[in-house]
Amino acid sequence: MSRKHSTYEELVNRIKTGGAEKYHERNAEKGKMFVRDRLKQLLDDDLNIEDAFFANCIDESLPADGVVTGIGKINGETVCVMANDSTVKAGSWGKRTVEKIIRIQETAMKLEVPMLYLVDSAGARITDQIEMFPNRRGAGRIFYNQVKMSGRVPQVCLLFGPSAAGGAYIPAFCDIVVMVDGNASMYLGSPRMAEKVIGEKVSLEEMGGARMHCTVSGVGDVLAANEEEAIEYVQKYLTYFPSNFRSKPEVVDGKEPATFEKTVEELIPENQNAPFDMYDLINRLIDEDSFCEVKREFAKELITGLARIDGQSVGIIANQPRFKGGVLFHDSADKAAKFIQLCDAFHIPLVFLADIPGFMIGTAVERAGIIRHGAKMISAMSEATVPKISVIVRKAYGAGLYAMAGPAFEPDATIALPTAQIAVMGPEAAVNAVYANKIAELPEEERPDFIKQKQEEYKEDIDIYRLASEMVIDDIVQPNDLRDALKNRLNAYKTKNLTFTERKHGVYPV
Amino acid sequence: MKNVLANMAGNVWKIVVKEGDQVTAGDDVVILESMKMEIPISAETSGTVKELKVAEGDFVNEGDVLLVIE
Repeated sequence: MSRKHSTYEELVNRIKTGGAEKYHERNAEKGKMFVRDRLKQLLDDDLNIEDAFFANCIDESLPADGVVTGIGKINGETVCVMANDSTVKAGSWGKRTVEKIIRIQETAMKLEVPMLYLVDSAGARITDQIEMFPNRRGAGRIFYNQVKMSGRVPQVCLLFGPSAAGGAYIPAFCDIVVMVDGNASMYLGSPRMAEKVIGEKVSLEEMGGARMHCTVSGVGDVLAANEEEAIEYVQKYLTYFPSNFRSKPEVVDGKEPATFEKTVEELIPENQNAPFDMYDLINRLIDEDSFCEVKREFAKELITGLARIDGQSVGIIANQPRFKGGVLFHDSADKAAKFIQLCDAFHIPLVFLADIPGFMIGTAVERAGIIRHGAKMISAMSEATVPKISVIVRKAYGAGLYAMAGPAFEPDATIALPTAQIAVMGPEAAVNAVYANKIAELPEEERPDFIKQKQEEYKEDIDIYRLASEMVIDDIVQPNDLRDALKNRLNAYKTKNLTFTERKHGVYPV
Repeated sequence: MKNVLANMAGNVWKIVVKEGDQVTAGDDVVILESMKMEIPISAETSGTVKELKVAEGDFVNEGDVLLVIE
């Protein structure tokens, strides 16, 4: 059937149906929705505008050239979307596919609205490479645009299937990547290519699966059990953001936190070295059901997530003593750096909850470059000009104090609970460091008493009231009053307006 | 068979279970001591503790096997 012999309605229906029936069936078996159904579910009421619907309509085998692009609404706010159709040549990119993606990005930039990428694509159509790969408006321009859009409008990736080779950079340049477990994958070279070129035998799931990326590489941010869950997450995530960097996030009606048996005071162990679950504290500080976590499965020693306090969007950065003692590692520093930049770009205030023994030490982390990753976190935190509140929950030792927005980094306030400790290192480590020779000289039976006495002296030296007296910290707050203190401060700091410094841009310690 | 691994370098401070014990996923089985902190390590699967691979006081690196669950 050529175009000439079909009516307008026939053509529209054919394009709307996407690729051959067998590909629809294959997708359904994997729990994958058809691209147009995904859009219906994601948007308030389907696409309001679709452009280049007729792209490549002369070629019957390429409906819409394998990608749907247009404008719709989520939570009543306008967004631009591009969505691969994996029933059309596996969602691969031809010349018009790429041009459609570039055009919708340009639209998102002109309208200053969020750009969503629903990715499910095998990558470039090799047969079309001259038209879609190397030229000015080839695939490279998609990534160039993404970099340009970064921080101007929210960019969100929903990864429903593969994102292969060059295509894998779409998620990489987004603010957040939600991956569907079992179906989503990202890789530069397929397992088949890896075997041919470097001799490695590996499965797709192991090399570039959703679980691997969300737990090990950190390229994925959210692991969703299925497509519905991924879509719901993104709908919620967007409520914390304005449409662009010129506006501020919407403030909704505040809610009280959920109710719990234990109060904040009862929750926090007296022993500085004992673990407790930081989620229990977060849930007592934020509005009920308002936590939207980013990178839950990655570098769990640090928790990062969006939340609401009295209806206001906030970004929470909290050490997790329950995991790896809450010690900062290279991966957790990297996780924090991106999250801080995300919040700062869109005027979301930052609340740091510090319970940190310091940065990890030892050969393994030095080889992994913990110093430069730590520097990256400290850079991002220093540069952030949104309201910044540092709460010393239990302890902040060494560079941990710096990384968690300590007093030298211009937080709007550093507040501490009455039992908190701030020091270069904890009492045990400090006494060992200062009195190692002396302890060695003492007869063994006298050592424990001596160590205990010196530790007590040290604790007095770093007493939180002493630091408050020296005005190192701005306030000491009773644990059960912490939420109110945060509420009041976030409310007061709303008009903060600051330029960090004048220059072209910093040289980032990536 | 499932290995329980150390998630960071440190000393084995306490082994909470013994060979033959039944454990449920999420139970703490070993507590490491590292950076002056207690680091609880929990079982990822339920089963029986088949073999302890370390003793209290041992130094372990990230990724070292602490015990085996069957």
